[in-house]
Amino acid sequence: MKDHLGRPLVAVTGIGLVTPLAWGREANWAAITAGKSGISRIRRFPVDKLRTTIAGTVELPEEAAGAEPVSAAVRVERMAEVAVEEALGQAALGEPGAFPGPLMVGMPPVELEWLQRFELARQANGSGAYPAITRVATGRTDIYETFLFGGVGERLAAKFGTQGAPIALTTACATGASAIQMAVEAIQRGESDAAIALGADGSVQQEAVIRFSLLSALTARNDNPEGASRPFEKTRDGFVMSEGAAALILESLEHATKRGATILGIVSGCGEAADSFHRTRSNPDGHAIIGAMRNAIDDAGLQPSDIGYVNAHGTGTPENDKMETLGMRAVFGDAPPPISSNKSMIGHTLSAAGAIEAALSLLTIRDQILPPTINHNEPDPAITLDVVPNVARKVSGLRHVLSNSFGFGGQNVCLVVSAAP
Amino acid sequence: MIRKDVVITGIGLVSSLGEGPDAHWEVLSKPGAKPVVDEASFAPYPVHPLPPLSLDAQIPKKGDQRQMEPWQRLGTYAAGLAIDNAGARGLVSDMHLIVAAGGGERDIAVDEAVATAFCTTPADEVGPALNEKLATELRPTLFLAQLSNLLAGNISIVHGVTGSSRTFMGEESAAADAVRIAAARLSEGRGGIALVGGAYASQRWDLMLLYGAGDALWRGGFAPVSARGEKGGFVGGALGAFLVLETAEHAAARGATPLAKLAGVATDAAHKRAGGSAAAAQALWRKLGAPAQGLGVLSGMTGVAEARTEEDAFLNGLGAAAVRRTGTLIGHGVEATFPANVALGALALARGGFFPAMDPADAGNGAVERILVTGFGQWRGEALALLERAA
Repeated sequence: MKDHLGRPLVAVTGIGLVTPLAWGREANWAAITAGKSGISRIRRFPVDKLRTTIAGTVELPEEAAGAEPVSAAVRVERMAEVAVEEALGQAALGEPGAFPGPLMVGMPPVELEWLQRFELARQANGSGAYPAITRVATGRTDIYETFLFGGVGERLAAKFGTQGAPIALTTACATGASAIQMAVEAIQRGESDAAIALGADGSVQQEAVIRFSLLSALTARNDNPEGASRPFEKTRDGFVMSEGAAALILESLEHATKRGATILGIVSGCGEAADSFHRTRSNPDGHAIIGAMRNAIDDAGLQPSDIGYVNAHGTGTPENDKMETLGMRAVFGDAPPPISSNKSMIGHTLSAAGAIEAALSLLTIRDQILPPTINHNEPDPAITLDVVPNVARKVSGLRHVLSNSFGFGGQNVCLVVSAAP
Repeated sequence: MIRKDVVITGIGLVSSLGEGPDAHWEVLSKPGAKPVVDEASFAPYPVHPLPPLSLDAQIPKKGDQRQMEPWQRLGTYAAGLAIDNAGARGLVSDMHLIVAAGGGERDIAVDEAVATAFCTTPADEVGPALNEKLATELRPTLFLAQLSNLLAGNISIVHGVTGSSRTFMGEESAAADAVRIAAARLSEGRGGIALVGGAYASQRWDLMLLYGAGDALWRGGFAPVSARGEKGGFVGGALGAFLVLETAEHAAARGATPLAKLAGVATDAAHKRAGGSAAAAQALWRKLGAPAQGLGVLSGMTGVAEARTEEDAFLNGLGAAAVRRTGTLIGHGVEATFPANVALGALALARGGFFPAMDPADAGNGAVERILVTGFGQWRGEALALLERAA
């Protein structure tokens, strides 16, 4: 019940998943193991004159029925709610509206979007000037409570009855993994027996797509959306923006065992390291991502040779995949374990990615199936890794998976998830 | 699990009153301090403006300065002041970092021009028009100047802080939890030194829009926090506040003199403010388990009416404590306020004194042995920190 450092082991007893592939854990896992792509042409807003016109998107039921698209803030909250509900349903922990632990919310920064700005400017007689729209916005608590950073967490905490102040956090593309790390630490320090960790992102809106595009981070393979995300492949040229949410119910193994819960796995190690090199690039020596991977394996009390599979950060940018390869070779030497990127299928879900990938890593162990890296047509001679190309692979005896998350701003977090002891 | 004492060995503080411990002590330790207020530039909203900063002293590369907007510069600057104050420049590679961040700032001119130009454009035309306009008007680098986690990213890049990096979001609560988690991690043996704090650039219309929508901003001529009546509201204060926290043994081993001991931090978030907030804070106070004798309180009271009512109810239960509402002199800095008040508390304990009244409602004058920092968020969140004299 304790780990090699005398800390309580932290079990996962519930998983909830939403991605462009499906709403729901098992439907997602079936699509992932079948090598299906969730990337499509963007239909949410006009894409005229955009360099990139494809993404992974999650439509809310009312949007599918023709309603105006919601803001990223609302989309994040709705997907998060569904993911937590699914996870709680599986864990069967706590009473409805009363969860015995804190809530860690990995999410993107949210803000007023153009729909709100245009609406306010119309009310201000056609002036978009800040003093004018601020005047007409006064008293619009709907805007205030939607776009306060604490809003999403507050409403989720109230709905699920979590304990204490919810913590919303961002570490860019490592956000979901950071949320899990925060929950694990809370249980390890005895703050609580259980916690909910959540990663969610719903940023496929006009301005965000343009901003990522201006950073030259996105692929523009618009003609073939399903083939656009090509992690580790020779012709990769950028990532595909996507959306989704994953929630994990975490509890001390002791607590879970006592109440007879089904143990889906253990979060056995968390490692992080920050980079000081550049705002969007890793130090060419890779020390921060290598450090994060090693720290996670050390934290789990394991050796690199114990890791049987790596769920890659694998964004499909030329830079990331090159650096991740460097990290893999540095940590694992001449015989690195297989590594694959589910971003080849669901795209890069940004703040949700770390949580979605941890969830998929647990399912990988449960079913002993390595998800594939699809769209792997032309191997890159510089990527000397087994990327589980195109087809899922049945394995046996897989106990420990390393899940990598590397973020803009140099924030790197790696998790080790393990089979139930 | 082991529990180590956590001390504050460095503070980095910038407010409208100036920068650094000496400047703040000089102004705040004497009766009759006056706030610096600009009532005109953002009328009807008064603000406490940013003081002039010699940015080159903390952000030596012009290229780095250009990659940031004022909010990130202010935070990066204050973080550097804290590291210097702690004499911890040589320890940055092992220093853990938690930043409490708000939204990065927007390009105001582009926002205004685009909203004015397209607000009445028919629905089927506005999308393409917006695509074309934004793709030409948005500066690529501004995205990075806007991302909330890039304040932490810039602190890593400029100061080399690379132990770990996390960014909390969620207004006042985020800052209190940042201090709480940073201290808890040190206490349980996850590292020896950490940097934690936040920044608020008050002179930003995009923030007026957000907080104004919730009627959380004070309008009209400046008034002290306690004198904002039923309408209430906060006056934004430019504020950069970072703390260097260390385990007591880590500080002792390198011969650093602690300013104060961080004896406890406790946070909660009552879902109903009226009635629930004061009770939540009382429970946190019991959890801290400190005697009320010799207590000085540095209140982060925002001036927002409902939060003020609840906090007054809580403060009334603290007996003869000497209460100081810092917001009257330095304004409200959202994510920066809680660490700023912890910094002021550490400063007072290190100088062996306390502050005279800052607000007309401030009362109590006894000798101060320990300091309680309060943080009632403008909308949600209750937080307390307890500071004691360093051993």
